[in-house]
Formats: sequence, structure tokens, C-alpha cells
Amino acid sequence: MKGTALLPGFADPVTDAQGCFRALLDAMSRPGLVRRVPVRLRPPAPLAPASAAVLLALADAATPVWTDAGPDAAGWLAFHAGCPLADSPGDAAFVLACGAPPALAALDRGTDEEPHRGATLVVQVAALEEGRGWRLNGPGIEAEHRLRVSGLPNGFVAQWTANRALFPRGVDLVLCAGRDLAALPRATAVAEEG
Amino acid sequence: MSEDLAARRRWMGVLARAGAGEIAERLRYAPALPRHTRLRGPEIGLAMVRGRQGGDGAPFNLGEMTVTRCAVGVGGAVVGHAFVAGRDVEKAELAAVLDAALQDSALRPALMDAVVEPLAAAQAERAARVARKAAATRVDFSTLAVMR
Repeated sequence: MKGTALLPGFADPVTDAQGCFRALLDAMSRPGLVRRVPVRLRPPAPLAPASAAVLLALADAATPVWTDAGPDAAGWLAFHAGCPLADSPGDAAFVLACGAPPALAALDRGTDEEPHRGATLVVQVAALEEGRGWRLNGPGIEAEHRLRVSGLPNGFVAQWTANRALFPRGVDLVLCAGRDLAALPRATAVAEEG
Repeated sequence: MSEDLAARRRWMGVLARAGAGEIAERLRYAPALPRHTRLRGPEIGLAMVRGRQGGDGAPFNLGEMTVTRCAVGVGGAVVGHAFVAGRDVEKAELAAVLDAALQDSALRPALMDAVVEPLAAAQAERAARVARKAAATRVDFSTLAVMR
């Protein structure tokens, strides 16, 4: 623990974790809806407040976490969330990608008997904007919801379509930009703009 | 490194066994503690205490005890930890700050002399008193056998 500064986690662990959980619950039940996490959090670089808050609220000793954010950020998560760190994305219950996310097919997508064991992928993107961009459809969306995501690699929508075809297995996605987050459960259909 | 570890283990144990009042009392004779930021806690939780009957018995869960833990950062790079029995949050924070300060080799001698060593001496004295009291009531079973 020596050598690098360890930063504080949630200022008020119970209230902050509940607030983040609520924001995430809203975002998951209304896919594509952009919510702001109601906490002040200064996580170590390169973590964004929203993605760090999601992991602190959800991860615990029973959920291995894999991240590409480097040893400082991984150590911070392990200390504050108490989560084990996975060696590869395929072994993790939560995958946090600050750069290009690993292929969805490489993650744990659950089994037909236990589809809830599928991993949750948390991706830090450049920006989230409602009202244009992707056309989202599926449970939780009445007609159509539009979400523009800047910073995902090309071909992500094709991967997502393949992920959705596996239902009820699959990976759930949380997109984070700064203090904002939006979620795409595995049942949500995504069509490119056009 | 292992020597450092053993020394740190010792002062953490002494601080954990001391009361908050005792530590605060000793701190009046010590140099001022550095400024710290709270990294985690102080927070109260439960720890499972495991027991074992005899040297070769199977481990079993004896019961849960309250534990207060605290982690503080001092000067950016040093982290002090404390895990103490009970629910005294002030003591946990004080012990964590002292743990961080004691890792600083410039502060360590003064703090060891003013705080840790007196507390350790008081604890050893208390343990010896209890041991003396128990020894006074010792029954020597072989003596009973001879009397018959």
C-alpha cells in the first residue's frame, strides 16, 4: 500500500451506495435513459466518477472484478469494494473498461440454467447524449429511445446484436461518461442511426 | 522488512488493546500527530470468531464479535490501519493515525517512547497481575493424591 496515494471512497458509504444503486436501477429499467450518479467521488485516474461509483455500489467479496485501468485503480477498487481481482475478463462478474472494451464474446455470458451469472460490462465512453444516435427497442421502452454514444469501437453494435441473440444468456452493459450513466440490459435491441 | 512487519504488528496490537482514553492521555506527552484524511471508516462491523477444540479439533464458528476498522492516509503515500474490538470509533481512528505516524521513521522513536512503550508496560503489568491472582488459587492435583 506504500508508494502511491490511496484515495477515499464514498464519503457516506450507505447513503451514497443506495443513491448509486437507485440511479443504476432507473437506468436499467429504462434502457438508454441517462442518469447522473448523486455522489461526489474522486476516484484515481483513469476512473470516471460514474463508473467508480457503480463498482463501489455493486461489487463485493463475491464478485470478481477485471479492469484495464492499471494497478492504482484496481487496488483502489479492491480496497474499497472488497472485491477480488480477476486475471482475465472471462473470469469476472464485473468488467470495467476504461479503454477499448474486451469482446463481448470473451466475457462470462452465464448458462441456460443460470443466466443471471452473466457478466456486467461497465465501459467508460467519451459522451452520452439522448435524443439522437442509436435506436433502442425492447423491454422498458414504450416506442423508441435514442441514445448517442461517443467513444465505442466500430462494430460494437454487431457484437451487441450477437449478444442479444443469446437471450436469456448474455452480458449487460453500463455506459459511463463523467458522472452520467446509461444502461443496456441484454434484452435491449440496438439499431445504428439511419 | 520482516523486522519492520514484526514491529508494526506489535504496536498495532498494543494500540488495539489500549483504551481510547489511555491513548489520548499518553498523546499529551508525544509530538503532534500529522494531519490525516479518512480513507475508510471508522466503521463498525462484525467478525466471525472461529474456535477449535484441542490442537486437532475441527474448526467451528464460536460466534460473532463487533469490530471497528479504520484506514487513514497521511501525507499522500502512507496508509494507517486499525482493526479494534468493540465499537469505539474514536479509538479506531486514533489507532489508525498512530499506525500511519509510526511508519514514519522520523516520528517513530518519540511516539514509541511516549505512547506505545508505556501502554505495553501497563498491559504487561495488568496481565501479570491477573496471572498472579490465578496462580494463588492453583490446585495441585498430585498433592491431593498423596494425601489419600
